Amino acid sequence: MAVQVVVRLFWLIVSLFVASVLVFVVVNVLPGDVAAVILGTSATPEALETLRHQLGLDQPGWVRYLAWIGSMLHGDFGTSVLSHADVGPLILQKLSVSGPLALASATIAMMVAVPLGVLAGTRYRSTTGTLISTLSLVGIAVPAFWAGLLLATVFAIQLRLLPAGGFTDWSTDPIAAMKSLVLPALALGLVNAAVLTRYIRSAIIDVQREDFIRTARAKGLTRVEALRRHGFRYAAIPVVTILGIQLTGLLVGAIVIENVFVLPGLGRLLFQSVGNRDLLVVQDVVMLLTAIVLVVNFLVDLTYRVLDPRIRASA
Amino acid sequence: MAETLRVENLTVRVGSLEIIHGISFSLRAHERTGLIGESGSGKTLTALALMGLLPEGLHAEGRVAYQQRNLLELEEQDLCRLRGDRLAMVFQEPMTALNPVMKIGQQVAEPLRIHRGMRAREAHSAALDILHRVHLPDPEEKMQAYPHQLSGGQRQRAMIAMATACSPEVLIADEPTTALDVTVQAQILRLLVELVEDGGSSLLLITHDLPVVANVCQRVLVLYGGYVVEEGDIDVIFGQPAHPYTRALLDAIPPLDEEVPDRKLKAIAGSVPNLGEFPPGCPFRNRCPRADEACSVMPALSGDAHRVACWHPLA
Amino acid sequence: MKRRLPPTLVVGGVLVGLVLVVALLSIVWTPTDPTHVEVAARLRGPGASGSLLGTDQLGRDELSRIMAGARNTLLVGVVTVVIAIGVGVPLGGIAALHRGPVEDVTMRLSDVLLAFPAILLAIMFAAVFNPSTVTAMAAIGIALVPVFARVVRGAGLQIMQQDYVTVTRTYGGGGVWIFVRHLLPNVGSVLIVQATVAFAIAILAEAALSYLGLGTPPPTPSWGRMLSESQTFLDQAPLLALWPGVCIALAVLGFNLLGDGLRELLDPRLIERVPTQG
Repeated sequence: MAVQVVVRLFWLIVSLFVASVLVFVVVNVLPGDVAAVILGTSATPEALETLRHQLGLDQPGWVRYLAWIGSMLHGDFGTSVLSHADVGPLILQKLSVSGPLALASATIAMMVAVPLGVLAGTRYRSTTGTLISTLSLVGIAVPAFWAGLLLATVFAIQLRLLPAGGFTDWSTDPIAAMKSLVLPALALGLVNAAVLTRYIRSAIIDVQREDFIRTARAKGLTRVEALRRHGFRYAAIPVVTILGIQLTGLLVGAIVIENVFVLPGLGRLLFQSVGNRDLLVVQDVVMLLTAIVLVVNFLVDLTYRVLDPRIRASA
Repeated sequence: MAETLRVENLTVRVGSLEIIHGISFSLRAHERTGLIGESGSGKTLTALALMGLLPEGLHAEGRVAYQQRNLLELEEQDLCRLRGDRLAMVFQEPMTALNPVMKIGQQVAEPLRIHRGMRAREAHSAALDILHRVHLPDPEEKMQAYPHQLSGGQRQRAMIAMATACSPEVLIADEPTTALDVTVQAQILRLLVELVEDGGSSLLLITHDLPVVANVCQRVLVLYGGYVVEEGDIDVIFGQPAHPYTRALLDAIPPLDEEVPDRKLKAIAGSVPNLGEFPPGCPFRNRCPRADEACSVMPALSGDAHRVACWHPLA
Repeated sequence: MKRRLPPTLVVGGVLVGLVLVVALLSIVWTPTDPTHVEVAARLRGPGASGSLLGTDQLGRDELSRIMAGARNTLLVGVVTVVIAIGVGVPLGGIAALHRGPVEDVTMRLSDVLLAFPAILLAIMFAAVFNPSTVTAMAAIGIALVPVFARVVRGAGLQIMQQDYVTVTRTYGGGGVWIFVRHLLPNVGSVLIVQATVAFAIAILAEAALSYLGLGTPPPTPSWGRMLSESQTFLDQAPLLALWPGVCIALAVLGFNLLGDGLRELLDPRLIERVPTQG
């Protein structure tokens, strides 16, 4: 078992490495002359040269790559060429918005999806089951940002209950800060809940067809008891795997939602940096997000291996 | 001998299609009854109907008399009280019939916790005793193991342990040895006989394998096309079969006592039709060398100790 | 044995067909020119001045724009899925046929790519090149490659274990031969189902990108961008935020249902479920 963990850890590091190379190449190498990208076509050769030197672009690619990785591992995310702000602290500040948003969305998603998914799975032939299934199908089709727009229209503009955008700092007014996160978290959470509900539902439906459920009933357990005592722990395993994939969806959705509600989080930072051609910030944020996804996937994979005794024992 | 279970006119339908056609038989205490049939004869469905575990879409009618009540008319919760306690079943494929993510000990202890109200610790030691009784090697160790860590024979012993935990009055074994190696088969069969004799239960052994029946059972029911076509004591059935199908089954067994077989293997002409495609009247008509127009109507089972349903019985 | 068509297939087929018909129709006819600006008639409600769904902030007929937007949606869907299949299927085939280090590396790369959400990739592309439909399609297409590579590899592994493949190899059949004659036909049904799912993902991704301004640039009508444009006028013309969203949802729903229906119709055991990205 320990061997398996080490092997996976190794592959995680390899994946992080490959991802970082990918990101670096796309952001730095592809556009050709980065200085020209930043300064535009009307820049003088001298200005370009100066900027290139400033950015360290006169050094070979792999040196710049190593410098980037090296400083990141030390916690130094560099300084933005355009805003002259330290990227590290900037990211931390944005995380104070994105983090709670992601957490709130994930909580809403699970609180809605688990009971609904289980219900839809256990009663999949009834009207309740079909209704939930249909609702979840519709939920999957709804773009999260549209859901946000609709919620904003109803609750913010028509009913004036919650803000349609903007964010007050946590330290200034925590209640207002929370209010700003309600609609975005709902939009993101409900849409993700739809996907999760479908998964849980199909896992529960599948497990009911298993032979060991019949054996459990042959022992004297009712259908419901058999499902509860035997089915759930078996169905939980694939569901846990899905949670990791869900995170990717949540991250992506957060990027867009932050722009819908003008929340000063990582997503908005990324978006603005793209517009400003602040390539270093883009590079750092994308790398950070990718790293989060890869690490979470790694953790989910580990959890899955721990939960399923068939895999745990075959070390 | 006392009758433990009496089946009267058991009919099983899927939709409007009748699969099992009003069969009747009874099981007596201390008696080992065999139910022979090829795949597609409906033997597993008969067993499931007795236990009330027919899959979705199948319905049973008739009377399954146990302790003066008709099991087919019992409420689910009453049936649950009987299943695992008074009526138990051993399934064919122990790998899928056991819960892969639950320890063996827990699964074996479960009927005791359900029906005897034992606490975890009590049930645990009782389960250990039962595993000893089924001659499972290293029972303490195996209690903490998962099904995939046991061999096929060991899994089947665990299943038998589960089924006999509460000393049921009726034990149904559906092809208990078919998935096992030949060497292990004999051991498992011996175990079943031992447990049934010690516990005083009635055994209904379902199989397509005639030698198995010959070794274990005292009475035999021959099932074909959803009908019981012959019924009697083992010596009579094997020595002087009356139904052409039974004769053909016996003839098809390759002889082991001849050095070089001096005749071709006698296969039964034709093949078993799919459910719903049996000819009207006697289901064996199309493959029977003795069939004629009279066979377009299904004969009833006639006789007393040795009963046969045939217009043209042998002998 | 006659089987009834699954209802999901029917409903999905109808929805997808609707989008297709509208898109094709819009090539030859729309109520008004979708790019015709008439500022005096801006932000009119439905039914006003002859436009069924109203006009947007530049006085353009909403219905015409919606219809033209369908074109864009389908184009993006088709191109991205073609890219994803074109690269992913051979990759998956290679991985299945050549077990060992080649397979490992391919699948690891694929896993890393799988972790990259399409939008993140597209955002990176947009930072580097000028955002356009092409960059969006390329990014989404690349991001979807691992989905198909996985599916083909999975099915391929199963097929490789079949006896008839061993026989073919014994007779000297090479990798490409096996791939074309044995793998592809058997993988066909799985691919079709996965393609519908990928289409749905692509539509959602393109909508999000266009919403952010990183997708289809003006003046080409794009449902995602129409939603973003409507946001400024939420208090004046809230309905403008409704129509494009409904269309996106219906299109995605249609493809998802179609995929579900096809999965039911074809052997459900052959089809591995690859999760839909958010």
